[in-house]
Amino acid sequence: MKCQQCNKTATFHITELTKGKPQELHLCEDHARQYLTQSDEEPAVAPSLAGVLAHQLAVGQTAEELAKLDQRSCPVCGITFYEFRNQGRLGCPYDYVCFNAELEPLIVNIHGETEHVGKKPAKYPEGTEKRTQLIRMRREMKNAINDENYERASQLRDEIRAIEEVSPKHK
Amino acid sequence: MDLNELVRTSGEWLRGSGPESDIVISSRIRLARNLAEYPFISRASQSDRSEIEAVLRDRILQIQESGELEYVNVNELKGIDRQFLVERQLISREHAESEGARGVAIDRREQVSLMINEEDHLRIQVMHSGLDLPNAWEQIDRIDSLIADQVTFAYHPKLGFLTACPTNVGTGLRVSVMLHLPALVITRQIDKVFRSLQKISLAVRGLYGEGSQAMGDFYQISNQITLGKSEIDLVKQVGDIVPVLIDYERRARDFLVRESHENLHDKVSRAYGILRTAQTISSEETMHLLSSVRMGVNLGLIHDLQIPTLNELFIHTQPAHLQKLRGVELDTADRNIERARYLRRHLNKEDGDNSGKN
Repeated sequence: MKCQQCNKTATFHITELTKGKPQELHLCEDHARQYLTQSDEEPAVAPSLAGVLAHQLAVGQTAEELAKLDQRSCPVCGITFYEFRNQGRLGCPYDYVCFNAELEPLIVNIHGETEHVGKKPAKYPEGTEKRTQLIRMRREMKNAINDENYERASQLRDEIRAIEEVSPKHK
Repeated sequence: MDLNELVRTSGEWLRGSGPESDIVISSRIRLARNLAEYPFISRASQSDRSEIEAVLRDRILQIQESGELEYVNVNELKGIDRQFLVERQLISREHAESEGARGVAIDRREQVSLMINEEDHLRIQVMHSGLDLPNAWEQIDRIDSLIADQVTFAYHPKLGFLTACPTNVGTGLRVSVMLHLPALVITRQIDKVFRSLQKISLAVRGLYGEGSQAMGDFYQISNQITLGKSEIDLVKQVGDIVPVLIDYERRARDFLVRESHENLHDKVSRAYGILRTAQTISSEETMHLLSSVRMGVNLGLIHDLQIPTLNELFIHTQPAHLQKLRGVELDTADRNIERARYLRRHLNKEDGDNSGKN
């Protein structure tokens, strides 16, 4: 009997249960090994974030460019790209904006898409970037107070209030 | 919330009712949300975390929808109580094991759980017994909208809801269905089934989520993708594949009944026998044997046992449940003795005085 995959003699005869019914397979040694190892391997896990990221960065970037990219940080929360790469977690919503160029290929890799088509919040459907700036402003205000730059601190406080008051329900 | 009251029941996901509940244990949907004006958890200071918890706790408890939501401060719980909530699937393992201000709001029926300061600021979860995805989606959609009226979620016009990990961005939606697939395991078809699921970007996980092994032949099927498809489509993607898996499992069961009835009956009866007579037994072995017995009951090979009773044993023999039921903390060896005692008491009782239940 010939192998079902090529012209060699079939030396392996395998009975598989497919949908509860036995199915006969006749394979040569090479194809049998291929078939069996494919059946026995652990189900391939989804590519890990770190793996995808490492692969993506390895393509078309010099070590120098990479080092430079790693040092870039988010102006809002201060996370560096290196820190994100290491922990696989972003630091704040603005990271999606400031690391957009780096994240987009990663997002395509994970989701195969780049645009949300689902539910929109009734409030601020145009986006919440402005409110995310509060993270930066609070951080800057704290720094200004530490530096005893009270003029800058009070200016920031007013700006923060102006944004917060847009939504009176929310403190 | 008094966790000691919860311990005597089995919770929603093991209620053992709902459509296709011989194979489908539960249908679960979760949404990941973050407040726009705070950093994600990895960059949040202790005071940020406390503020996030205070804001979300306050707003969540105001929504009418879930009526009797109760708040549990997870940070103040003892280890065994955190473990208890994990076993009941009301919080994630990550949530139990992390540190700092965090909590969970749970409804009395244990269908709704809202975790604060998990990987994202808010993780909303709705769980229904059996195969019931459209109703679960309707419920979680309503809860999400009610909370969104009270706070500002991080949202980007192009990318949708923004999450700490880019794997959740967009809808922030994870749909999972928990299935009991013992016959596919026995007939060694399970890996093949999983490989084909991965090809259509569905993920397969064990009983307690990411990284956990498939204890007791329980598997969770969930969507991998969260961006570029609507919530309804994602729910449908998982929902559509479940009947196919149910069909595979039923065919494998038919095959076993037809082709190796003695072996199957023997395996099921032995499992039942061990559970009724063992003097010391690990949690893992218990799950494994209960799985055989559960299939035996569904196939009519065991007549004096009901699925809800069995489901209750699955949860009550878990380490934290066992210790809370006993009222003392026990080490592993003592837990194994207590577990065997618990099983003997409940399985042998069914024989005699409980026949009215059949």
